[in-house]
Amino acid sequence: MNLDLLFQYIAAGLTYGFIYAIVAIGFNIIYNTTGIINFAQGEFVMLGSMIAISLHPFMPLFPAIVLAVVITMLIGAIMEIAFFRWIESPTILRMIIITIGLSILIREAALAIWGENVRALPYFTGNEVTSVSILGARVSPQVLWVVGVCSVTVLALQAFFKFTRYGWQMRACAVNRDAARLCGIKAKNMVTLSFMLSAGIGALAGCVVSPITYSQYNMGVPLAIKGFTVAILGGLGNYLAAVAGGIVLGIIESFSVWVLPSAYKDSIAIGILLIILFFRPGGLFGSKEELALKEF
Amino acid sequence: MRRSYIHILLYLALIVGVDLLTHALGKSYYLTQLTMSFYYSMVVLGLVLLMGYAGQISLGHAGFFAIGGYSTAVLSTINLMPYKEKPIIRLLESMGFLLMREDLYGARILSFNPWIGVITAVVLAGVVAYLIGIPVLKLKGHYLAMATLGFGIIVYRVVLGTPVFGEADGISDVPGFQIFPGLSINGEMDTKRMNYYIASAIVLVLLYLLMNLINSRVGRALRAIHGSEDAAEAVGIDTAGYKLRVFVLSAVIAAFAGALLTHFNGGIGPGESSVMKSVRYVAIVAAGGMASLWGGLATSMVLNFLSLRGYFGSYDDAVFGAVLILIMLFAPEGIIKIGRRQ
Amino acid sequence: MRFLKALLFAVMTFCLLVAPAMAAKTIKIGAILSVTGPASFLGAPEANTLKMLTEEINSKGGINGRKIELIIKDSGANPGKAISFAKQLIEEERVFAIIGPSTSGETLKIKSICEKGKTICISCAAAEKIVNPVAKYVFKTPQKDSFAARKIFMQMQKMGIKKIGVVVGNTGFGLAGKAQLEKIAPEYGIDIVISEVYDKRATDLTALVTKLKARGVQAVVNWSIVPAQAIIAKNMRQIGFNVPLFQSHGFGNIKYVKAAGAAAEGIIFPAGRLLVVDSLPDSDPQKPVLMKYKKDYESRFHEEVSTFGGHAYDALMILVKAIKKAGFDKEKVRDAIENLKGFVGIGGVFNFSPTDHNGLDINSFVMLTVKNGKFTLLKQ
Repeated sequence: MNLDLLFQYIAAGLTYGFIYAIVAIGFNIIYNTTGIINFAQGEFVMLGSMIAISLHPFMPLFPAIVLAVVITMLIGAIMEIAFFRWIESPTILRMIIITIGLSILIREAALAIWGENVRALPYFTGNEVTSVSILGARVSPQVLWVVGVCSVTVLALQAFFKFTRYGWQMRACAVNRDAARLCGIKAKNMVTLSFMLSAGIGALAGCVVSPITYSQYNMGVPLAIKGFTVAILGGLGNYLAAVAGGIVLGIIESFSVWVLPSAYKDSIAIGILLIILFFRPGGLFGSKEELALKEF
Repeated sequence: MRRSYIHILLYLALIVGVDLLTHALGKSYYLTQLTMSFYYSMVVLGLVLLMGYAGQISLGHAGFFAIGGYSTAVLSTINLMPYKEKPIIRLLESMGFLLMREDLYGARILSFNPWIGVITAVVLAGVVAYLIGIPVLKLKGHYLAMATLGFGIIVYRVVLGTPVFGEADGISDVPGFQIFPGLSINGEMDTKRMNYYIASAIVLVLLYLLMNLINSRVGRALRAIHGSEDAAEAVGIDTAGYKLRVFVLSAVIAAFAGALLTHFNGGIGPGESSVMKSVRYVAIVAAGGMASLWGGLATSMVLNFLSLRGYFGSYDDAVFGAVLILIMLFAPEGIIKIGRRQ
Repeated sequence: MRFLKALLFAVMTFCLLVAPAMAAKTIKIGAILSVTGPASFLGAPEANTLKMLTEEINSKGGINGRKIELIIKDSGANPGKAISFAKQLIEEERVFAIIGPSTSGETLKIKSICEKGKTICISCAAAEKIVNPVAKYVFKTPQKDSFAARKIFMQMQKMGIKKIGVVVGNTGFGLAGKAQLEKIAPEYGIDIVISEVYDKRATDLTALVTKLKARGVQAVVNWSIVPAQAIIAKNMRQIGFNVPLFQSHGFGNIKYVKAAGAAAEGIIFPAGRLLVVDSLPDSDPQKPVLMKYKKDYESRFHEEVSTFGGHAYDALMILVKAIKKAGFDKEKVRDAIENLKGFVGIGGVFNFSPTDHNGLDINSFVMLTVKNGKFTLLKQ
């Protein structure tokens, strides 16, 4: 294999990796404040891109994306207020089932609204055939957008949790909800905020990946499964590790195509998910002690 | 205990009553969908035991259903005619393991007796469930849900990617399953009533066995595990062992149901192993009240029957999603318990 | 108590459903279509077409004086439901004939049910197994996959292409196409150097096209449905892999060209004449039929016509034609379909026979290409 080809595979792997990572970050936010894995996370991604596509004919691309993100955040907030906020002492089983049910309903609603058609946002830069050459590998400029948005999101989240008041409060809730409440933090509002953040990031992810992957009412589930795998691979709740996990999975998938028939590509993610769950449930970068303190 | 026998009598009366009613109204074709619903309900009953009593979620039971259905479908449609003269085939044939039949187009097909197919289905599912159950059941909550989901997806991918399993087209022209001469599970139009009674009888036997299990030492141990695994462990219950046994049992029931429905339908497709199917089983168990065999059965019969009749039209999945959410929000104990004193 | 409530709940729901049946002097035609679900790109235009045609026929007084009562059942591409619906339609609705299902998997499941129920079934699915072996009552309208494969190989011969790569999605359509391509390639002296299957829901195929590029193939054949068929086109061009890309007849909808954008330019694929009706010569026998269908469909549903809806059009019109000829006797109508010759439909000109229950020949396909975002006939 020559060097150009090697870099091309790496570039493909990074493309997959960052797409998965940006979905995984959404999982982590809600998990951190509530301990819930939101099975409807993939639907936020779908909603964001579908709403942006619908808005795009009426306004330029970037306002459409911003508005789509805001609308999806509102949907996230409504979802939390309507379905989660008032449930007393929820069991995990119940939470899993509710998020699964929501995921189905949002998907079916999207089918009713947008139909089964495949749509896409236009490429942010260039068009379908544009590519830039990096170390001999040719990548679409949209991939650079995905990488950029993902990096900025992670940095912004780190800053938000480190330097802002709401960030501190959310972290406090993540550590110990009851203690946070005793300190006067409105824990319930923090949960709503985390749903909004997560929905917004999901929607943003949907918009940047839409030109590459296309958008359809049922795009959420496969992305959510990959995103969850990546979140676990890195260690649930850790944003930076999610990016690392995404890159690891993306590169493995990409090189698997080189050696194996590509029919196995998607089984590899599931295989990795099971191996991690069985042998290292804390993730590649998590510690066992930390894991023992958490509840699933 | 006595009450459950009354229930069984009522169940029998209802079965016969529905048959007579549909017959009197000239609508005995409803029995086709009722029979299919009975087989799907078996999966639900197994899952009630696993989810409701042992407290372990599984988002992969459609996988076991498919393992059952596909095992028997492959064995009873594979054509051994070209190898007819091989000693091993002759040996199998002389032992009664093989069956010769003629298909619709006049070709002669030598394949395994459905008995072999169904037994293989059940054994295979049991072994698979045992092997994956050991690591999977160590997990809890979300991780358990994801691991079982992962298992279901793997089964789906294997089915979809393997030529023996017919890939995306699935397997068609599966012959009927003759239990005894004169009693067979098949989709012929003139055996509807017989098949309805066979299916309802199998469900009845299953119900009886599960009720006894629940009221035994095992059932009490399971409830203890559901309440608190640590506490159960502390009083000396082998929690891992009980969870594994229930998991294997529910998988075997699902596979058995899959095998029988495949013979009744005359075929199976990869959709039977899809994630959505698994989610539907969970939805029904939840709607039936989690730890209620009768509730699960009634909900399953009604929802599956309506779905198979096409009453939900294009909103099939949406109905199941809505059922899930509404039940979990307003009646986590199940619809049938509404209004009952807690 | 819990048990009694469960019982009551079940009985009540059941009673609600036992509604009285309607009796009228109509002819009942059932349709099992994947209006929703993974094959909705087939089932939705098929259902639209059937509704439109039925209204048109009924407004003109029906067939031989009887109006059509169309019963569409949405199977969501689920074979279990297709089986249930087929039994319902045959036993209970006692339909005259069944149109559909939309997918091969479903059709193969109900093939023997229709055969035993002596009910005509005109499938809108592609697989050759549907009509081979020939079942007495089962027909199909879409062109055979093998014709599409042959058309592609003939074009490759003209272009001097010898080494190709084949990639397909893991749907019934894709895998059946792969089997045909691999079977027929040697006849045309074409060497399939690499043959790969990818997930139908793949989000990006850069790694796969990189693999193809490394193998030095002279052309790529992709056999899949949307969105993968657009993704592969984009990814090939993005990595600068500029060999000719051939697609299957599944590319037959202008929406897919729009989805692939600039990357769709130059894609070569076989399809029925519907897509290029405007540029057909007036001497073409199909032109008037195609023009009318396209105009009617697009003005009614405000979306571009696709070849898939055409499969349902052909199925219903063949049935209507046979009924007009043979009356309301199922057996006679079946015989009439089997002997139908020279029927001009959307897919092509049908000539059925007792051994050919598809009735189309290879000339039902023409080779098309994409130029400036539009389908045009490929210049030979």
